[in-house]
Amino acid sequence: MAEKVAKATTITTPGSTTAMAARSLRGSSENRPVERIIRFLLMMCGLLSVVTTFAIVAVLIEETVRFFIDVSPVDFFFGTRWAPLLQPQSFGVLPLVVGTLQIAFFAMLVAVPIGLASAIYLSMYAPERVRMVVKPLLEILAGVPTVVYGYFALTFITPTIIRNIWGDAGVFNALSAGIAVGIMIIPMVSSLSEDAIQAVPRSLRDGALALGATKFEVSTRVMVPAALSGIMASCILALSRAVGETMIVVLAAGGTPRFEWDPLGPLQTMTAYIVQISLGDTPRGGIEYKTLFAVGFTLFLITLFMNIISQRVTARFREEYD
Amino acid sequence: MSAIAMREDTTGLRRRKLVGGIFLGVFIGATMLALGALALLLIDVFRDGASWLSWSFIRNLPSRRPEIAGIWPALIGSIWIMILTAAFTFPIGVGAAIYLHEFSKRGKLDRIIETNISNLAGVPSIVYGLLGLAVFVELFGRGPSILSGALTMTLLILPVVIIASREALRAVPDSLRQAALGVGATRWQMVWSHVLPAAMPGILTGTILALSRAIGETAPLIVVGAVTYITFTPEGLESRFTVLPLQIFDWASRPQDDFQAIAAAGIIVLLVLLLTMNTAAILLRNHFRKNQNW
Repeated sequence: MAEKVAKATTITTPGSTTAMAARSLRGSSENRPVERIIRFLLMMCGLLSVVTTFAIVAVLIEETVRFFIDVSPVDFFFGTRWAPLLQPQSFGVLPLVVGTLQIAFFAMLVAVPIGLASAIYLSMYAPERVRMVVKPLLEILAGVPTVVYGYFALTFITPTIIRNIWGDAGVFNALSAGIAVGIMIIPMVSSLSEDAIQAVPRSLRDGALALGATKFEVSTRVMVPAALSGIMASCILALSRAVGETMIVVLAAGGTPRFEWDPLGPLQTMTAYIVQISLGDTPRGGIEYKTLFAVGFTLFLITLFMNIISQRVTARFREEYD
Repeated sequence: MSAIAMREDTTGLRRRKLVGGIFLGVFIGATMLALGALALLLIDVFRDGASWLSWSFIRNLPSRRPEIAGIWPALIGSIWIMILTAAFTFPIGVGAAIYLHEFSKRGKLDRIIETNISNLAGVPSIVYGLLGLAVFVELFGRGPSILSGALTMTLLILPVVIIASREALRAVPDSLRQAALGVGATRWQMVWSHVLPAAMPGILTGTILALSRAIGETAPLIVVGAVTYITFTPEGLESRFTVLPLQIFDWASRPQDDFQAIAAAGIIVLLVLLLTMNTAAILLRNHFRKNQNW
């Protein structure tokens, strides 16, 4: 009996009699002032995250609105020249957006095939002992500070790889930064995709193998399609991480906003612009201060959109096996 | 079944197995490529920087001359940021996790908090920098101080700490809660005396890992106003400051080879610091896991 009551207090299914009993039990001890004060304080801790979100949105919107008093939103969102520090000033954000997409594109080109292949290897082929070693090693890649990747891109990827293949590549180039960002997000793709493949019921795998499919066919035609929602979600999360990445791009891709697709030349991303301005002296209220928030808001909307898509994909395409 | 059909079948199988074998090679190759990148990165850094490492490099102030430049202010700045961030994050993060896992009645507000936390974890770090700039530096008037930096970092890693602490609370078996409640403990007594001690190793591990992320972050601190060239160690909460990754960034972005090399030496110091923290987290987890009996 005691066990039943206790169980009900943790679950509290309304309607059942034990739950009713449990609730009244709860009521007696949990309405004491100390309990209520503690509960309130703990709730405040939880609410801080909601406050943070509101603060982020409020701060970004406030300064962006101020920015739009000076610069029309049409010029900002559709302008193709970004030159807030030069005369004549120009505030078209598209070069920064194109720069960001270019980095994200090359990063995904590296991270998705490598991440997915190692996810398949680790979940379908690797012996347990190998997996126990390789998986944490791969995850180290995600723990290395981004400034280290920036250094690696600048002092190794660019001179040793890129400029050996393409002699005319610049010291700062999009491809090198994109590859480094890609290496950094490999573990996001591989870990989450591996979890998704592991979550596919074993019976599906055994059934396909019993029908005479080779291990490769089971992987690519049964397991990966069944885990597709998780795999896609992991890729979108990795993409959103690539879009928000800062230091690698600042170090390895230079700081020239350009509205063109040129993997071997310098570019500037939204995040890199924010860093460039922050490194200088930006008095509050000046146009440069406001551009920080307008660009930040654009970045925030793009990553928020991606995260929501990722959640939707997981919810929508999840295949239920029971 | 004719013999010919059977032979065709076997050749089909052979081809399919060949394809499978080739792709197994591709899968292993891709995994090796990722590990190889990690190895190359470490080799690159150590080859460039190891010879510049010395006690004076650690104890000296930054300088325009690379041979006498050091990272002392950055190292102390990083440690300040780490301790302050830990002091702010730990109680708030654990409190929020306890609320969500032990006290929440799964009402509408609770669900909003939960979705919100997972969304916050996906916000780019530089956006937190903008938040810190507008709120701590400007609105609260704390200026580009170490306090503003630590508060910004706190908000940045809070979602990670909450998520990790919840996982740790989830791993505590319900029988423990039932036993405590069964003998008449209030909910808070149950949490404080039984659940929390049992979940503490997991919580500590998660917090240390989150802090090691904060140690490597650069971008939000640049936005908050940390400086790249500083010749004093921070003296208090209002002091201006720099941190290791920012000092490394400053050196790495200079064109001279010698500065690139001391950037690599700085990276080694940063990696050693991170490695120490991660080892501590793993040892802590193993130590407590041994004494756990469920």
